[in-house]
Amino acid sequence: MKTLTFAKRCAKEIIRDPINLFFGLGFPLVLLFLLSAIQANIPVELFEIESLTPGITVFGLSFLTLFSATLVSKDRESTFLQRLYTTPLTGFDFIVGYMLPLIPLALCQTLVCYIFAIPLGLSFNVNVLYAIIGMIPMAIFNISLGLLCGSVLGVKQVGGICGALLTNLSAWLSGVWFDIELLGGAFEKIAECLPFLHAVELERALISGNFDTAFGRLLPVLIYAVLIAFAAVYCFLSQMKKQ
Amino acid sequence: MPAIKTVNLNKRYKEITAVKNLNLEINKGELFSLLGVNGAGKTTTIKMLSCLSKPTEGDAFVGNYSIIKEPDKVKSLIAVSPQETAVAPNLSVKENLEFICRIHGFSKEKTKEKIETLSESFGIESILKRKAGKLSGGMQRRVSIIMALISEPEILFLDEPTLGLDVIARHDLWDVIRALKGKITIILTTHYMEEASALSDRIGIMKDGSLLAVGTAEELLEKTGTDDFESAFVTIVKGDN
Repeated sequence: MKTLTFAKRCAKEIIRDPINLFFGLGFPLVLLFLLSAIQANIPVELFEIESLTPGITVFGLSFLTLFSATLVSKDRESTFLQRLYTTPLTGFDFIVGYMLPLIPLALCQTLVCYIFAIPLGLSFNVNVLYAIIGMIPMAIFNISLGLLCGSVLGVKQVGGICGALLTNLSAWLSGVWFDIELLGGAFEKIAECLPFLHAVELERALISGNFDTAFGRLLPVLIYAVLIAFAAVYCFLSQMKKQ
Repeated sequence: MPAIKTVNLNKRYKEITAVKNLNLEINKGELFSLLGVNGAGKTTTIKMLSCLSKPTEGDAFVGNYSIIKEPDKVKSLIAVSPQETAVAPNLSVKENLEFICRIHGFSKEKTKEKIETLSESFGIESILKRKAGKLSGGMQRRVSIIMALISEPEILFLDEPTLGLDVIARHDLWDVIRALKGKITIILTTHYMEEASALSDRIGIMKDGSLLAVGTAEELLEKTGTDDFESAFVTIVKGDN
């Protein structure tokens, strides 16, 4: 009950911020329409709707890191958390309360992207549902990364690291905007070591019904999600203890 | 039995000693101010007494419970209004109050009753629907104190409650604090001398983590042989007495 009360409060804080709504829902849709328009005039294989939509949905999730990191960091800096540490709320309540409301938000963001992609030419079938479900591990990775960053960084640092650096990393190393294989070398190796490219390829595989490839891509995303979730819990509890 | 008793309380951060051998007793129902310049150790003391930070040495007893061995029991007796405006900015004032009621396990009926009573007592009925983050600094502090009172604490810690407020907002908040006097034990930290002398039953003056003097404003004036409280404070802090 206490956990849900805290989760509800976190959800309201995020949803009521119009900037969050713009970057969470509006910006990915703008990109989807813009790149589809380019594709209509100058056809590029990478920007075909079956390839573009999974990429945009994964890129959109990187904003969840910014949302959760900003919320945690603001709560720390405004001493709102300090107040709550003297109440019956426990570490479990805080961690679940911060993470829980962002999961439906991630699913909603993914769903909206796929729905808007249908009139742009994406075929609507059961694979869309699999792709939405398949996004959950990457959503957990992004949300956990936000909790981790919010636990150790100040609000200004969060803006720079999660807002600029991470969204760029997610864009450059995910194969959404260009084919990573074309660059090859160290760039490709780094991309293969991080979860972004795997998440995009996982989504592309699910949309096209290529489940063998999907399973291969799911594993690294799952490993990253679990590792970062544990690291986030550790960092949050450590800063809680330091208070 | 005192509301709070500290026994050789110490807090060290690496090479800095934030609180040194603090021995202090605060009576039930008393409004006790910890007065000192920045870095005197006031907030660290409050953090230890409210179980947010563990002492390096010594112990303190809040309502006879040890802050080291029985922090959960201590937490059930206290509430804290931190230095900053610790409110949820995108929630309305009413939602902030409801949120605190719910995490303390109040029923819907008790939550409604509590909000009605508190908002009437502290004159915030007109701002209940406004977003907390859009209120003036003074109003946010008022809401912050009301949030701390929801759990019906026996002991309330107010950390620099009027820091950064204009004169009118400060005096308004003093009225709120005066209204609580005698009903619960209040420990207030401040670096405003006039605030400490205007509100407190007793004042403890801290410098570099040490408690230099304790007494009523009159006792401290008498002790230092000065006519005004500011001179008394300066005399004590500079060690001329």
